[in-house]
Amino acid sequence: MKVVYPHMGHMWICVKAMLEYLDVEVVVPPPSSKKTLLLGVKHAPEFACMPLKLNLGNFMEAAEMGADTIVMAGGCGPCRFGYYAHVEHAILRDLGYRYQLVVLEPPQKHIGELLGKIKHITGHQSWRRVINGIRFGYHKAEAVDQLEKMSHYCRPRETRAGATDRALQSALREIIAVDRPEKLPAALNNAMGMMNAVSLDKQRPVLRIGLVGEIYTLLEPFSNLDIERKLGGMGVEVDRSIYLSEWINEHLFMGLKKNKGGSKLAKQKAIKYLGHSVGGHGLETVGSTVLYAERGYDGVIQLLPFTCMPEIVAQSILPRVSTELGIPVMTLIVDEQSGEAGLVTRLEAFVDLLARRKQTGKVLA
Amino acid sequence: MSATVGIPRALLYYYYYPQWKTFFDHLGVKTVVSRETTRAILEKGIKSTVDEACLPIKLAVGHVLDLKDRVDYIFLPRIVSTARREYICPKFLGFPDMVRNNINNLPPLIDNNMDLYRKGSSLYNLFYMVGRYFTHNPASIYKAYKASMESLHVHCRDMEAGRLPFETGGKDNQNYRTRDGGVHDVTIAVIGHPYNIYDRYISMNMIKRLWDYGADVVTADQLTETAFRREAGKLPKQLFWTLNQRMVGAAFYYFERPDVDGLIHVASFGCGPDSMTGELIERYARRSSRKPLLNLTIDEHTGEAGMITRLEAFMDMVRWRRHLDDVAATL
Ligand code: SF4
Repeated sequence: MKVVYPHMGHMWICVKAMLEYLDVEVVVPPPSSKKTLLLGVKHAPEFACMPLKLNLGNFMEAAEMGADTIVMAGGCGPCRFGYYAHVEHAILRDLGYRYQLVVLEPPQKHIGELLGKIKHITGHQSWRRVINGIRFGYHKAEAVDQLEKMSHYCRPRETRAGATDRALQSALREIIAVDRPEKLPAALNNAMGMMNAVSLDKQRPVLRIGLVGEIYTLLEPFSNLDIERKLGGMGVEVDRSIYLSEWINEHLFMGLKKNKGGSKLAKQKAIKYLGHSVGGHGLETVGSTVLYAERGYDGVIQLLPFTCMPEIVAQSILPRVSTELGIPVMTLIVDEQSGEAGLVTRLEAFVDLLARRKQTGKVLA
Repeated sequence: MSATVGIPRALLYYYYYPQWKTFFDHLGVKTVVSRETTRAILEKGIKSTVDEACLPIKLAVGHVLDLKDRVDYIFLPRIVSTARREYICPKFLGFPDMVRNNINNLPPLIDNNMDLYRKGSSLYNLFYMVGRYFTHNPASIYKAYKASMESLHVHCRDMEAGRLPFETGGKDNQNYRTRDGGVHDVTIAVIGHPYNIYDRYISMNMIKRLWDYGADVVTADQLTETAFRREAGKLPKQLFWTLNQRMVGAAFYYFERPDVDGLIHVASFGCGPDSMTGELIERYARRSSRKPLLNLTIDEHTGEAGMITRLEAFMDMVRWRRHLDDVAATL
């Protein structure tokens, strides 16, 4: 059995760690690229959202590398994501791929279903070892998140262009190389050292922008045209409303690990504008925007794939939040046609606007 | 003067209007339904909704606007779930908020939750909360609720007996010219969201046109709940969208029926659930049925002429295929 799972930013690092710890053979497909997207677009339903198309491309590329089993998260609605795996599987089957599909999702009937599937993938491993493996993967996710957060701080302040990206790459390599849980803390220490070594100009004024929106688009740089790095280059410190480890905790562990408060707080903040959860991260998108406003951020950017339903609900509510709380909000919708040049122009214009606002704000004050 | 409550002729109006009306009638509350869809109503909705929203949502906003200045309340229950462990669509969950945050000077919205997601939940929760707007007498709310449930059952039975939602119930609903009684030599299943296929403007009169072409029309709403759920159970994973479950189940069912000659799947442009279920239906058709399937996606730019051409071509194909089958049967 050779297992593949779709790409979503750096998620592969932690899933790979977990599965290899459990002696499962893993195929990591090439990073999502134009080619991946083209494969997906060609075979997916036209109005499926971009994540589905990229997933499909990932699987087709992985098949060439010998993968034969797909492992994916599922869900029980109302967002489409919960049905992805099955539609993708049907498409692949009609194309002649012989993939076995294992969907990990909150069990419909009882927890035995989920445990059975895990046993199926991991073979004869003891539960204790399985749990250690999961914990290992989760800790890697936390490590990756921490490094990314550091990079968000460094990028707009670096004194040599590109230094942050180079440091981040080496730092991630440290984490990737770890094959045993007990080695992780030391590696993280090293990695953080690398990030701290980036030379910074801490006096430089920066703008702060919060990124909210659909999780996949937030986490997968290919899908958002590398927005974090682009903004960093324009002198913007970004913060993401949700990080990988938080998503894993909520989506797969069903919040078992007590939440650090992030998304719960966001949901409370959203209620005034959106009275009910709408699936995906629609509620969090609204709530996080409120939070960013309260925390004095200069602006918010909402990211979503074309036709994403929960985010469209959020999108239609954000203008009111924006006017009431006085925080500029821009919505970016990505699809297979999104072009690099158009995005850069829009980002520059938005950043300009924020900079001018900040200036006049200072003058007035 | 008693209060008037506006009911938009959109979204789940087609399933629940008889029930809602009965409920308000019993409480002595006057109801007003928005006018039938026109270009103007749709345009208004489009202007007040984000571009990315699907057509039915824009249209529903248009119907809210149509009511806005002539009623005291607008009835816009938040439809969370109409069946256990299922939803309709994320946009239904957020619809009252989409309206509230985009339209100024609205009368109060009655947007209590209709939520049957959990085991043991009942519609009474919704109606109790709604009734409280107009009376503090729980007994009369309960009576109105009982009567409304009766209307709902009658409506469902009527639909199962083959009447389309606009043909059942009170006189408000009978302005659609009923069937011509002419000879119908083929039967077409029209599969789509009720607010797409029963809205004359949006569907560009598709059902009536099919009748005129000499076809009998069946829809997903003629199937009982048990029947469509059994059929939809053929999917590898149960769908968590009730309407789409109904659509897929009905499609599977009609594919197998010898007396149905072709299927038309009507999807909204940009509709999330339709993008998934449309794909499943099409794959099923290709793999295991010889029946003609026409996929129509409607959006605000769909032209009537193009649609007529496609419908006519489809009808030709259905008849031709049938003819072939008849010939084959005599060999
Ligand atoms: S089910 Fe589809 S058409 Fe209906 S509201 Fe949702 S996205 Fe729009």
